[in-house]
Amino acid sequence: MVAREQFQVELTALRGQIISLAHETEKMLEKAMEALYNQDIELANEIIAYDEQLDEKELKINEDAILMIARQQPVATDLRRLIIALRISSDLERMGDNAKNIAKAAIHLGENHGLTIHPALNDMKQTALKMVDLSVKAFEYEDITLARKLAELDDLVDNMYGEVVREMLEETATNPQKIQHIMQMAFSARYIERFADHTTNIGESILYLVKGETLDLNK
Amino acid sequence: MNKTATAKKPVFHVQDMNLWYGNNQALKNVNLEIPKNEVTAVIGPSGCGKSTFIKTLNLMIKRIPSVKLSGELHFNGQNILRDKVDLVNLRKQIGMIFQKGNPFPQSIYDNVAYGPRIHGMKKKKQLDEAVETSLKQVALWDEVKDRLNSSALGLSGGQQQRLCIARAIATKPSVVLMDEPTSALDPVSTLRIEQLISELKNQYTIVIVTHNMQQAARISDQTAFFLHGEIIEASDTDSLFSVPSDRRTEDYISGRFG
Repeated sequence: MVAREQFQVELTALRGQIISLAHETEKMLEKAMEALYNQDIELANEIIAYDEQLDEKELKINEDAILMIARQQPVATDLRRLIIALRISSDLERMGDNAKNIAKAAIHLGENHGLTIHPALNDMKQTALKMVDLSVKAFEYEDITLARKLAELDDLVDNMYGEVVREMLEETATNPQKIQHIMQMAFSARYIERFADHTTNIGESILYLVKGETLDLNK
Repeated sequence: MNKTATAKKPVFHVQDMNLWYGNNQALKNVNLEIPKNEVTAVIGPSGCGKSTFIKTLNLMIKRIPSVKLSGELHFNGQNILRDKVDLVNLRKQIGMIFQKGNPFPQSIYDNVAYGPRIHGMKKKKQLDEAVETSLKQVALWDEVKDRLNSSALGLSGGQQQRLCIARAIATKPSVVLMDEPTSALDPVSTLRIEQLISELKNQYTIVIVTHNMQQAARISDQTAFFLHGEIIEASDTDSLFSVPSDRRTEDYISGRFG
């Protein structure tokens, strides 16, 4: 029954590359937040350097997917599998960029800045990491129920983000001398929010794979 | 299951058609509408009944003594399975092209003039015109106009197939049936035939059996997928090749069997 075994092997390998890239973005966000909370400049620099490796891995996924399209001329679900491989790897690369930007914010804040990093950022991060986990499972099992759950979690992150930015704005009014530092913190909140948005894009890709139509989970 | 995206009036309307070779049922409860001036592709693995189906459309299949048919096959509103039909006239209206170009061992001119002659065209001027028009339609005129009296067997495979298409359309049919018309051709000749099919559909209704799924996807408006004598899915080609509704269609077009 099963023909095209080689193609199947290649598709499985490609899926493996994407899952491993997703886990790396997870680690990057975790470490970037660690650097932010602990004022760990060395760790922040490591994350920035690591992002280049992530970019290379994205490129490799793209090259492999394009070659498979050229060689195997897939149709229907197989074609969508390769199209979403291109899309998802691009989302993961952008997620890596967001983690890198948090690391940069940590560097801007420097050591001994005397500022307490808002605990809500940690909550946002926890939810964002949960979203990566969910998007990986949804991708691995091509499960649209899991993919749809991402939209709910994204709303949660968006609300936390709105709340934290409002609080920070208030703080700039009472402590205008801290404005530079607070800005970096607000930027970091924005990076986490963007990071989470990309996981919902992954969810949309999975819906496209299974249903063959484009749906917006970011609304 | 058999849904057809037919805004246009159907030329063929097949209803609950069954076909047996002796005791062996080769077509099972086939339902399909073939719209006018569109290309309908028939795909499926070997032995699925697709060639049997296309040969039923011009009743060529009836030449096989053991064949039994049931159901309805309407051609331009007439049930040609039930009603008595003039086969010569029917085949004037429904031309057919086969896997390998099969020109007669005659001159290029006589091959194309064959159909019009047997249908009574005698005047040289009229025949000349019919030959020229048909050869121009298949984009063969410029290549052969200086050697119309040479043997058709001296043409290349791709040219022979185009000549056969010219011969088929010289009688001005309304339908052209094609049974794997490019399977014996090289890629360039194949693309020329495909281009030709896209041009011809403005004037003719085309039904093409093909093993080449990319070809079906490229040139057809509607695709019917046959398996074990049944139509598993028939729909507009864009849908069938992007979001097929049946798992077996998906597996077949993705190359997982067949």
